[in-house]
Amino acid sequence: MAYLDHAATTPMLAEAADTMAALLREVGNASSLHGAGRRARRVVEESREKVAAALGARPSEVVFTSGGTESDNLAIKGIYWSRRSLEDGRRRVLLSAVEHHAVLDSALWLAEHEGAEITWLPVDEAGRVSADGLRAAIGGDGSDVALISVMWANNEVGTVQPIEELAAVAHEHGIPLHSDAVQAVGQLPVDFAASGVDAMTVTGHKFGGPIGAGMLLLGRDVDASPVLHGGGQERDVRSGTLDAPAVAALAVALEMATKEQPVRAERLAGLRNDLVRRVHEVVPDALLNGDPTLVSGARLPGNAHFSFPGCEGDALLLLLDARGIECSTGSACSAGVARPSHVLLAMGHDEARARGSLRFSLGHTSTPDDVDALIDVLPSVVERARAAGQ
Amino acid sequence: MKVLAALSGGVDSAVAAARAVDAGHDVTAVHLALSAAPASYRSGARGCCSLEDARDARRAADVLGVPFYVWDVAEKFSAAVVDDFLSEYAAGRTPNPCIRCNERIKFAAVLERALALGFDAVCTGHYARIIDGRLHRSVDSGKDQSYVLAVLRPAQLAHALFPVGDTVKAAIRREAADRGLAVAEKPDSHDICFIADGDTQGFLRKRLGDQPGSFVDAVTGDVVGSHDGAYAFTVGQRRGLRLGVPAADGKPRYVLDVSPVTREVTVGPAELLDVDVVTAEAPTWCGDAPRSPFSGLAQLRAHGEPLPCTATVEDDALVVRLHEPARGVAPGQTVVLYDGDRVVGSATIDNAAQ
Repeated sequence: MAYLDHAATTPMLAEAADTMAALLREVGNASSLHGAGRRARRVVEESREKVAAALGARPSEVVFTSGGTESDNLAIKGIYWSRRSLEDGRRRVLLSAVEHHAVLDSALWLAEHEGAEITWLPVDEAGRVSADGLRAAIGGDGSDVALISVMWANNEVGTVQPIEELAAVAHEHGIPLHSDAVQAVGQLPVDFAASGVDAMTVTGHKFGGPIGAGMLLLGRDVDASPVLHGGGQERDVRSGTLDAPAVAALAVALEMATKEQPVRAERLAGLRNDLVRRVHEVVPDALLNGDPTLVSGARLPGNAHFSFPGCEGDALLLLLDARGIECSTGSACSAGVARPSHVLLAMGHDEARARGSLRFSLGHTSTPDDVDALIDVLPSVVERARAAGQ
Repeated sequence: MKVLAALSGGVDSAVAAARAVDAGHDVTAVHLALSAAPASYRSGARGCCSLEDARDARRAADVLGVPFYVWDVAEKFSAAVVDDFLSEYAAGRTPNPCIRCNERIKFAAVLERALALGFDAVCTGHYARIIDGRLHRSVDSGKDQSYVLAVLRPAQLAHALFPVGDTVKAAIRREAADRGLAVAEKPDSHDICFIADGDTQGFLRKRLGDQPGSFVDAVTGDVVGSHDGAYAFTVGQRRGLRLGVPAADGKPRYVLDVSPVTREVTVGPAELLDVDVVTAEAPTWCGDAPRSPFSGLAQLRAHGEPLPCTATVEDDALVVRLHEPARGVAPGQTVVLYDGDRVVGSATIDNAAQ
């Protein structure tokens, strides 16, 4: 067995799982006023301080959520509504075409139902947005722009965006920038304050925390209208009883992941580079997608993404799965139908290249054995998938 | 054997796959996503595939402990089955889309892909049996689906498994329940899968548009009414004609002929529906071609009665002489020849005459 799908989810760190398991036996609603409530509240607030410190944010900027999708929805819809309510003409949403569906579909929903107008930011062949591209897309003084959203690093091809440069351009025009940093945290150094980003999406299960716990870092001067209404638990922006055990586990995992990030990134990049080199050796016509430089600041250290000409991604996946290799194709709809990746199409690749692609993503439990296992079976799998055609 | 089990999300294919597992095969399940509804932005968000069926299929695979994937064959299905369905109706014929799907999708595109990926056979929940490589009726005559499989050739049958064909449906439902398959009580599907609301006429009207024309009485030659599209009528149809002028003898009239070029639908008394000779094109054989003339049984529709006949092959046409006349035979339907319970072959009806 070789698990090469850490970008989908990565195993929980033992310390995080232990923290969560212990707290699951405790009673207490963090909003209650009695002792049990205060104990739960203390767990939440200590966790808030930990995650803020780990990511260069202030505790008051941490809004705990159920994960990446909720955080993206809150950022896109919430900031749009808030900015539009101040100035009705502010209806443009600028985003790259390589965003995750949680961002894309939130923005497209606003366009369909709330009068938003989407301006797509062009990406180059690596899937990267440029400061000049952003400036051109803003066009005039930017007073008609509600927000900009560009992910920190792409979930499919691993391309890292020049977030600080983009934030600087956004701020020249007084426009808030949201960044989905779901894939970046734990793999890259991420500092909320230093980056200049106004809102940032984080989810726990990509760095060893629990599934179902995440956060939106929301700058103190950035307003977002709520998506979930109710008790107003989180800064009146997000309602819902706080999941103290999950929040605590998230904080433990984040602290460990950020502390170990430089060492882990170097180790993963080494493994990944080995994987890329050996894939090219055994399948010479395999095409690496994304940034070809394989430098950590340019590409997520655990990411390798290939197209195999003449193959269907879902055929490769089935054959690898049957041989104990777990990886992924691009996005799948809820029924599990593989669609050509919108990311590869946005990067200018044709549908055949998009359909014949696979992502291998490494994480904290990855070993050289995992790479060996893949390389052992890959040539015969590609040959068979090629026979089945596109 | 390595077996690819097609799971529709229904009870029959789930039990078929379970039986393939029990037989010791290395089973992988796939659900075929057939319909690609246009989605507003995210392809697949709304009804890209029948989500509930896909979920039921996935649960069945979970219970059986076999890998599960969804194969997107919507594009091929649309071209090979739905477009064919529309063009056949537009040409005044009556197609059977299940036959086209078996012929062009399940035992063609899917089987070929399965073989290329290293599988030895495709397993489905069809009620039919393969005995010594030859296709036979199911033991459940009420559920028998050999008719819609009669387009398969020996090379396809050699890689097909129909594990439920030796059992009656009621027992399959009990078996599904005993196996803990949640689909045990799921209702049978009868309708055409790509016409979700069952309104075939509405589907045709939407896709083919209004093509107003006349009803003509076969006996008098008079125009006796008007309609919005000849494609909505099938030979033998009696209901929904809404004729303005009653027949002279007061007896009901039936559709006798559909002519899309002139947009004329000919109607007349029941006895004019009787046919003795059915001519069909491009026969295919499930085994060796029969000796000509062939004496046996002919079935003219999915749940029709088998009728004694004598059939001859003339050039590339099959001529079937029925010993007793049959009523309401439409061009486009399939005639299937049987030798007892064994399926001999099939052909698409071109013409039926008295």
